[in-house]
Amino acid sequence: MAKMNMLQAINNALDLAMAKDDGVVCFGEDVGHFGGVFRATSKLQEKYGKARCFNTPLTEQGIAGFANGMAAQGMKPVAEIQFADYIFPAFDQIVNETAKFRYRSGNEFNVGGLVFRTPYGGGIAGGHYHSQSPEAYFAHTPGLKIVVPRDPAQAKGLLLASINCPDPVIFFEPKKLYRASVGEVSEEYYEIPLGKAEVLQQGKDVTVLAWGAQMETIQKAVDMAQAEGISCEVIDLRSIQPWDVDTVAESVMKTGRLVINHEAPLTGGFAAEIASTIQKKCFLHLESPIERVCGLDIPYPLALEKEYVPDHLKTYEAIKRSVNF
Amino acid sequence: MTNPNNATISTVHTAEFTSGHALQIPTLRILQDDGSIYPGAEVPQLDKATALKMYDSMQFIRILDERMLAAQRQGRISFYMQCLGEEAATVGSAAALDDKDMIMAQYREQGALRYRGFSLEQFMNQLFSNEKDLGKGRQMPVHYGSQDIYYMTISSPLGTQIPQASGYAYAQKLRGLKNTTICYFGEGAASEGDFHAGLNMAAVHKAPVIFFCRNNGYAISTPANEQFKGDGIACRGVGYGMKAIRVDGADILAVYKATQMARDYALEHEEPILIESIAYRLGAHSSSDDPSGYRSKEEEELWRKNDPISRYRLWLVKQGWLNEDEDKAKSDALRQEILDALKVAEKVAKPGIEHLMSDVYETPIPLLNEQLEELKAHIRKYPDAYPVTAGRFE
Repeated sequence: MAKMNMLQAINNALDLAMAKDDGVVCFGEDVGHFGGVFRATSKLQEKYGKARCFNTPLTEQGIAGFANGMAAQGMKPVAEIQFADYIFPAFDQIVNETAKFRYRSGNEFNVGGLVFRTPYGGGIAGGHYHSQSPEAYFAHTPGLKIVVPRDPAQAKGLLLASINCPDPVIFFEPKKLYRASVGEVSEEYYEIPLGKAEVLQQGKDVTVLAWGAQMETIQKAVDMAQAEGISCEVIDLRSIQPWDVDTVAESVMKTGRLVINHEAPLTGGFAAEIASTIQKKCFLHLESPIERVCGLDIPYPLALEKEYVPDHLKTYEAIKRSVNF
Repeated sequence: MTNPNNATISTVHTAEFTSGHALQIPTLRILQDDGSIYPGAEVPQLDKATALKMYDSMQFIRILDERMLAAQRQGRISFYMQCLGEEAATVGSAAALDDKDMIMAQYREQGALRYRGFSLEQFMNQLFSNEKDLGKGRQMPVHYGSQDIYYMTISSPLGTQIPQASGYAYAQKLRGLKNTTICYFGEGAASEGDFHAGLNMAAVHKAPVIFFCRNNGYAISTPANEQFKGDGIACRGVGYGMKAIRVDGADILAVYKATQMARDYALEHEEPILIESIAYRLGAHSSSDDPSGYRSKEEEELWRKNDPISRYRLWLVKQGWLNEDEDKAKSDALRQEILDALKVAEKVAKPGIEHLMSDVYETPIPLLNEQLEELKAHIRKYPDAYPVTAGRFE
């Protein structure tokens, strides 16, 4: 075990993956010698050479297309999009190509070896274009897997599982936690299975659910509620697609209440998918309306970021509304 | 002093702009209309068997196109795209490749597919989206693909295969394979951002890919002069720092020669290379298009005379490799063969319902299994509404 922040854990995962398999290649803007603007690919070029860790021209659709081609050949490209806000030029390559590659060819071809890594989320005074959480856009696209880790140990295990996964994965990294989140991480190779939520805390009154950097936020809210005698069950979804319906439904059948938190705007956000599914599966067990604590339906603002974000106080209020309904 | 701008700096002291048409690339043509060779032109090395295979592939596609467009008109298949007038460009280029070079095409490259060995039955199964289709009946007609013959499955979004080809070729290089990738696209697709992305990525990362642009004058109704202002597509390659050549796309010997040289160059130097083939899209864009709305019959007639097949046929006859009577008999027999295969393929069942859910992921995620079971239950309840699948599952 070693103490690592999330960036070090990601760097360690990439290092292990590249050492294990020659087919793993890391590229993106500033990923090469410089090691990435957040330093997630630090020292990888030095260790594995320019051919396997390199800078690309500044073109997200090019990065995604290139990655699709490499993966179709059978390699395992780990392509970085510098900020999730800039993944949209690659939207066509990801949605129309990556996601449909295996299906449309009848499994003649696939890009299963592919991972897109991208820093996402707010909390760093990033304004409109260094703060977005675009997971719901991709959750609407069959063929992709979507993963969001909450801490260093999870980032490493989930990233290694993503690289090893036979399906293309978009791996969203909460950049707010890159250096802020520090924890014990095994230096060995290990994977954390995709598609499985994690129950972090057992409780009986209400289920509180989030993913990524919002786990810290809901934990604060849960602690406040617990102090008032409300017993919360806390779930980290970890995988947005496929998402672990059974774990969430089982929890809600026990607690009868559900609060979902995400940083992305409310309308069309992934909480809507969870809420409607759980409403159908757990209708007779629900004691109160499912609460969604999300970003506002506006572009991510700069000066009033604090007002925008679904913080612990907003979550705490939602927990109380849910319990007191 | 190092130059981080990666640009040649030679100073001048009077302001002078370089003309947008400073670079005008000539068109390679080897074969004359009467089947003779231009004086001074060099005929590519071509043995009789290869030359005739090229001819047969062109003829096959010409006749298949004619027959299947008619089948679409009769409502027997939902959609079709022919490559009338462009047979030489795709067959000639494919013939110059190694069998294991990857082909990544747009959709009007049936010639290359046929040359590689896609069988008549495979064409038919895809066009009728039956259960024998390699693509499991999921894509529209003409979206062919086959792993066995290194022909990447076609997708409709234009230009997306261009940066993919760069990545594929880069991977071939990394693995030490002595193979290249050819990437076909039309002059309209070259306006997409993916064209820019793909060529620039390939040039910077030295991917051994052959970009092959079919400039046939039209993107559906849009003439090339509404598509770009520069001197065609070839000059753009030079802007990305790669070699480029323009060839007469109706001259199969010129296409073959250029592609052969491009392949050798790409592999030897580990660099991309661009070929622009000039031809004319003689047919409609697709079975859903009527060109009389945007171009004249006179223009079409003019280009019809520039037929890639008849020009090549004259050369083959001059070589003593082809007998016109035998050729005619062979074409008639092929017509019948295609008709017979069509009748067989249209009777083959559609894919089973489980293929709706398979291959979205390598293994269906739980949600998909759930949706499949719900769908089956629904079909069992209303079998008459779903005659293709009802009664075919337990």
